[in-house]
Parts: sequence; structure tokens; C-alpha cells
Amino acid sequence: MTRISVEVDGVRYEDDVEPRLLLVHYLRERVGKTGTPVGCDTSNCGACTVHLNGESVKSCSVLAVQADGSKITTIEGLANGEWHPLQQAFHTEHALQCGYCTPGMIMAAADLLRENPHPSDQEIREGLEGNLCRCTGYENIVRAVRRAAVAGVTTA
Amino acid sequence: MTTETRAQQPTTELGRARPRKEDARLVTGQTNWTDNIILPGMLHINFVRSPYAHARITRVDVSGALKVPGVIAAFSGADFADEQGSLPCAWPVTPDIVIPAHPPMATDEVRYVGEAVACVVARDRYTAADALAAVDVDYEPLPPVLDMRTALDESSPKVHEAGNKSFEWVFQNGDLDAAFSGAPVVIERNYRQQRLIPSAMEPRAVVCSCVGGEFTLWSSTQIPHVLRVMLALVTGIPEQNIRVIAPDVGGGFGSKLQVTAEEVLAMLLARRLGRPVKWTESRSEGNLTVHHGRDQWQRIRIAAERDGRLRGLSVDLLADMGAYLMLVTPGIPLLGAFMYNSIYKWDAYSFRCTGVFTTKMPTDAYRGAGRPEATFAIERIMDELAAELGVDPLEVRQRNWIKHEEFPYTTIAGLTYDSGNYEAATARSRELFGYDELRAEQERRRASGDPVQLGIGVSTFTEMCGLAPSRVLGSLAYGAGGWEHASVRMLPTGKVEVVTGSSAHGQGHETAWSQIAADKLGVPFEDIRVLHGDTQVSPKGMDTYGSRSLTVGGVAVDGACDKVIAKAKVIASALLEAPPEEIDFSAGTFSVRGNEGVTKTIQDIALATFAAHNLPDGVEPSIDSDATYDPDNFSYPHGTHLCATEIDTETGMVSIRSYVAVDDVGNVVNPLIVEGQVHGGLAQGIAQALFEEAVYDEEGQLITTTMADYLLPSAADLPSFTTDRTQTPATTNPLGVKGVGEAGTIASTPAVVNAIVDALRPLGIRDITMPCTPERVWRAIQASRESGSATQPGNGGAR
Repeated sequence: MTRISVEVDGVRYEDDVEPRLLLVHYLRERVGKTGTPVGCDTSNCGACTVHLNGESVKSCSVLAVQADGSKITTIEGLANGEWHPLQQAFHTEHALQCGYCTPGMIMAAADLLRENPHPSDQEIREGLEGNLCRCTGYENIVRAVRRAAVAGVTTA
Repeated sequence: MTTETRAQQPTTELGRARPRKEDARLVTGQTNWTDNIILPGMLHINFVRSPYAHARITRVDVSGALKVPGVIAAFSGADFADEQGSLPCAWPVTPDIVIPAHPPMATDEVRYVGEAVACVVARDRYTAADALAAVDVDYEPLPPVLDMRTALDESSPKVHEAGNKSFEWVFQNGDLDAAFSGAPVVIERNYRQQRLIPSAMEPRAVVCSCVGGEFTLWSSTQIPHVLRVMLALVTGIPEQNIRVIAPDVGGGFGSKLQVTAEEVLAMLLARRLGRPVKWTESRSEGNLTVHHGRDQWQRIRIAAERDGRLRGLSVDLLADMGAYLMLVTPGIPLLGAFMYNSIYKWDAYSFRCTGVFTTKMPTDAYRGAGRPEATFAIERIMDELAAELGVDPLEVRQRNWIKHEEFPYTTIAGLTYDSGNYEAATARSRELFGYDELRAEQERRRASGDPVQLGIGVSTFTEMCGLAPSRVLGSLAYGAGGWEHASVRMLPTGKVEVVTGSSAHGQGHETAWSQIAADKLGVPFEDIRVLHGDTQVSPKGMDTYGSRSLTVGGVAVDGACDKVIAKAKVIASALLEAPPEEIDFSAGTFSVRGNEGVTKTIQDIALATFAAHNLPDGVEPSIDSDATYDPDNFSYPHGTHLCATEIDTETGMVSIRSYVAVDDVGNVVNPLIVEGQVHGGLAQGIAQALFEEAVYDEEGQLITTTMADYLLPSAADLPSFTTDRTQTPATTNPLGVKGVGEAGTIASTPAVVNAIVDALRPLGIRDITMPCTPERVWRAIQASRESGSATQPGNGGAR
């Protein structure tokens, strides 16, 4: 067991973890952040995307011990009193159906807009290539990210 | 015809583009997925699965696993032989169908890679995974059966003792010999429907607790109600002691229309161990063991006049069942039987389907379920007919389709299409697409020998939705009905609960059903809550699949609201002191005709029944109501999809330049949801055309076990879509709705492949096997150049 200290959505946690414990399982099963789901075991789908020190990572591809000392934001910590503009835009544009990919998609989109505040549609599509959705055909996801970009979202 | 724009919002509830209620939990990470559930003392299950496509099990030794710290129990199939039963097939399509026993854990033989042979139960998921390696299983490999085309040969190894044929199902109407004999044009083609993996984003998960002999099973399922019945039948556990909950479910596309080994075993393990258990699959495990879709060889033959008028249609299918028949496996290709004739008029039709066993994962429902296959084959061969005749593909369709004034129309397959307007949808699609301009550009690029060729693909389609009239299901030997149930509960504070038997997993029923009830009852949309997916809360239901929920379940909600109003009217009449025939109801308010100032709202009546102080004699103190709706007919959405592809003839790369989908789904409750369903359907249909295939190697190993290998498309792989609607209301249900869940998937696959073949037709190419990868396209181009089969530009192409 290894002792780690992480800040998740603004709260500090200290826990003993197995060195092999994946960050996503730590978040879901130890911290209770079940808003971040697991969609695959091969880092293809991006459903588990969170922000680690402000940058998006697939939390199935990070060990909990690697996150020691870092600040993590999950979908549950994105809203600040009111919904984040991306959450609002996904709702308005109907950019989700079953919603399983949505937490990862929104976290990845937030990182995309941080790096490129005014992406073209093609840049949105390429920027979200690591996040798979089976329901929407991506059309409304592109619209939602474009809407949030117009609204001037640059940070999570 | 309706051209929707988001700026034009109707003020009525029906037809209003309301963003969804469901989103509040989905965008904030407060969703309740099955894998989120943690119960006190809960144990984790993991399965030892067969590494062989076909083998005899000679020994299973779980003792090593029991020594792993944290492991509580481990079992082989033999340990459950007396109680695990056989997984059900609810659709014995013929009297002599072969339905092999299908134990949830194999006991003596395995028949596909991934079949469960043993299980380990441990205190946490990591320990359960570790302990799998400590289970010893000895196998005696048997020859795999991998090609359904040779599986019926005498010399083929057998999947089951009874042989490799499960059933042969035939349908015939009209004089086929007369239609084909002497026909000026006869075209025959063989098409391949590759095997697909549905790939819902949420992997399957099951949690089960057993307390005092009463079971609660949470599952990522589309069918909590059907599952409950089937679990009772399979395990012998009394139905009243089983509660099934489908919490938030992350997509299904047919793959969660199933009764799975893992669900049955979770119940049996919870009972045997006296502890709650959980199983969550990994994606690679899911690709192996979530039922697959499609996998057919289609031989289609048509006879026509020189002017293009269709005479006869003959279809002969081989359908790969995989190793066993699961819930509706054999019925899936048969759902296509009624759709090969499509929107066209025929003199005669024959259909034959042979279901074949192989040593692969069983196939079953995948978005469209039989109808995409049928639409693909007919729309592909209609393009071949157009090429043969040298006529525009839309023109040859128009010469044969049912005209809008000819509805209702009974087709050669025996269905009565109630309504439609193929002319209107096609005209709108042509206009949005710029059909004539693109044809002119195509001519120019052909003439100039542009290395990047333009192709135009046409797909006019219909489908049967709203599964289904129970009598029709009975005539097809299906084991259940096709009705749906709803109840409407009027709460004392004026709020409303709508309980539905449909089981949404992304479709937005909480929003759409609220709109239906708000419209009917005149209560605010925000005051309505929709409850579903729990057999204790919603005791009756047939669940969600086959684009049935709105056309059956939504109509049941509408019907239950009617009953609420009728009951409330009796009480309103007493309270307003006027006879019922003088009471009007509008926008949530009862009034006395001619004295509009005297009113009671429906919420007033609900409160009056709560107090029940002043009800008329003999009137029960409740206006809550139930409705169970069994449709008289299917519904028949249709549409015209047009696709433009650009093909680099030097690399074989296909890119979709534009895609226009004009769908007619009848009346629309929520255009935002409808548009989203079309988008998602298009993505899946296009993915079948261009990317996806479940590939087994020559040993029967699945080699597409990850989403990357399977090529599930990302945003960067797909085009932007142009969608629009025409609106021809269904006449077979009071809402005039038709269903939309599968339309995009059904229409788009042939539109894309037709566009690819259209681009390459001057090279003499008349088919590319799906998925149309750059390599396959490039090889087809090379082969055509080497054989010199190219035809002159503008020529209809080789036969």
C-alpha cells in the first residue's frame, strides 16, 4: 500500500492504495466520484476523462499513485454554483442521449477550448477524436462545443 | 411538408423542441449506472471464459482460485448444472426449429470464444480478476465451424449434435414463376452483411441481492420487464419474488435486449452465497460476449420490364445464428422478410431464410434488426437495375414506388402501409442535396478523368416500427405480446407521475412522455415526473426496442391521460353542478358550457379525490388511470437519403462530402430528440458501410476485441449531416406518430455504398464488400484496371 494525497473537486483526500489501483477506480470506488464512468479497458473511449492539474487525462490510464500530490477535477466538480457553459451547451444542443460518454466528452472539450478557444468544426472533431460516442453521431456535440466557444469558455 | 428550424418553436407541447429533463443528472455526473451501486458485503464476480471456439471440457479445477486471499468462492458450470437452466429463446420461428440447450456456464462443451466455463467470486474486482488465472480448465479442442456457407455441407464439423441447421423459414406471395419467366430484365446479386458489434458505451453490469428469498436485480438492460419473466422461467424462482431494476442505462442498440448468462448467474450466486454480488464486464469481454448483430449472406433476384417496372422479387438468406439461439436470434432476419419489397409494387415475392449455427458469439438484435439488411439489398439492387436500364436511380424508384394517393396500400409481403409520401420526401431531399448540380459535376469529373471521382448514393426506404400488434407476433410464433402499459397518477398537490412500461436508455422518454401528458392534461411540463425501469414501480411493460416506445408506449400514456380526464369529468360535473355533457375540458380546466367563469382545474379535481369529502355517491376517490395499448398495425416511417462520396482512385480513400437525410416519421413530439435519433442512426449505418466489422480468424478467435480494432468511428471519421423532415401523420394511432430510432441506420448504409459504387461504376465495378475500407476499394479499382472491365463514361455498367 502506498499513501497518496490528492485534491478531488476541491476536497483533499489521503488514502492508502495498492500501487496498481487505477485512478478511475480510486475516484469511483474510494472517493465516490461515480460521475466518471469506465467505457473500455484499452484507453480508446475517453469516457473516464478528468482534469489532472488542469489537463485532460483518461483516468483509466493513470495509476492512483501517479496522481499523488495533484489536483483533480471531475465532471462533478465542474459546475461552479451554476452549470459550466459546456454543460449548458450540451443540454441546449441535445449533445447527449444515453449520457455515458458525456462526462468525458465535456472534460475533453473543456481542455480543447482551453488550448484553442476558437476552434473550427474540423478542429473540434479532431480535438475530440479520443472520446467516443455511440448515440449522437457527434453532430450535436460539435454544435455544443461551438456554442460554448462562442460564449467564450476558455477554462474549466 | 415541414421544414423545421430551431427558431420556429411551436407553443404547444407536442412538437416543441424541449431540451431534455434527463440531462440534469447526465451532464453533472449524478447518473446512476449499475456499476455505481455498492451494497454492504457485496462481492465481485469474474468469469473464466473459453479460449477455444470449440472444445470439450475435460476438467475444471477451481481449487487454486480458492487459495487466493480475498476469494470467497469459485464454481464450475457443473456446480450449477441442477439450477442454472438454459438461456431462453423466445422466438421459435418454425415448429421444427432446433433450439440447443444453452447453459449459462458451459458444462461439457464450449462453442465460442468467450463462453463462460467457471466463475470466481471475491471481495474486490481486482482480486476476482487475479484469481481467474488460478482456475485450471482442460479442453480437448474440436474443429471450429466458421463459415455459414459451408456449415451445411455433409462434411462440415457439427456445432451441435443435431447439426448446423437451426431452421428454414419461407414466405411466398404471388406467382413467382410467372413474374420471372420471360422477364426482359433479371438481375441477381449476392450481398454480404458483415458481423457487427453493437458497442453501447456503457459495458454491461449486474448487481443482485437476495434477502429472505426475495431478489433485487439491477442490470444494464433495455428490458427489465421481459427479463423478470424470463429469469423466473429459467431459474424457477417465483416471479413475484424477483424485482428487476434498470437504472440509468448507457445505450443498448439492441445489445441489451437480452437475457444473459451473467444475469442468471448473479441471481444464483447471490442466493448460494447469501451476499450481494456484482459483475461488470470489461470492453474486451463485451466485444466477445455481448451478442453480435447482422452476419448474413443475401442472394437477391429481381425481374423487371424494360421500362423499369418491377415484376418479381426473390430473396434467399443464410443467417449466422452463432453458437446458440438467444432471446430473439432466429426472428431477426425474419423481421427483414417484410421489408425487402420496400416502398415498391411487385407482382410476386418469395423469401427464404436458413438459420445456421457456427462456433461464434450468437447474433441477435442490433439497431434495425433485419430491416437494415433488407433495405441494403433492395436499395443496392435498385441501383443495379437503374444502371442496367441506363436510367437515373431516383427515376427507376419513382416508377415503382407506391404513390401518395394509393395509401393505404397492402404490400406483396402482406403488410398494410397506412400512409406515406415518397414524392415529397424525395423532392425535399433532392433540393437540399443539389442533386442535379452534383450529377452535372459528376459528369464533368468523369469526362476529365479526375483521379478523385464523385459518387451519388440514393436510398429511399421504409421500415416497420412500433413492434407490434400482438396478433401479428403470435402468427410469427413470437413468445410474447407487443402492447405497452402506462399509468398516470394525479398527486394531491397537483403534480403528476407518469409510469411507463417503456425502458429508456438514452431515448429521452422522461421528456417526451412529459410533453404528451402536459399536452393532454394541461398541466405544466415541469410538474410531471416520468417513472420507469423498475418492475416494482412500473409493474407492467414490454420495454424498449424496435422503435416501439413512442408509437406504442407514448400512445399508452396518451390513453391513460384520456381516462384520467374522463374520470375527472364525472367529479367536475358534480362539483360544478352541471351534467357531464355540459362540461368542457380544455388546457387543464373543466368549465360549464355557456358559463365559462365557473371552472375547476384538473389539479382541483385531484385534490378533491385526496380529501374525498364531497365526491358524488358511487365515485371512487381517485382519477389515477392505466392504459395498455396494443397497436392494430405497425407504423411505417420512410425517407429519402442522398449521399455524395469522393473517392481517391489512387488510394481507395472514401470520404463523404455531403449527406442529406429527409425522414418522414409522422407527427413529432420533440424535434430535438428526433433529430438526435436520426444523427445517431446515420453514424451507425455509415459505420457499417465504411468501418466496422467483427472479425474472427481461422481458429475462431475474435480479433476485434477493442474499439480501436473494431473501428468504432470518432467525430473526426464522420461527416456533418443535413437533416429535414416531411410530415405525413400515421393514421394507425391517435398521436399520428411513426418511430425514429432506427431510421438513420436503416437508410444510410445502402446510401453510402451506392455512392461508392456509383463513383466507380465507369470502371465496371458493381459491388464492394462492406466495410468499404480504402484497401478494398483500392483492390477493386486495381482488379478492374487489370481486367480491363472499365466501361465508357455514362454507360450503365456491366451486368
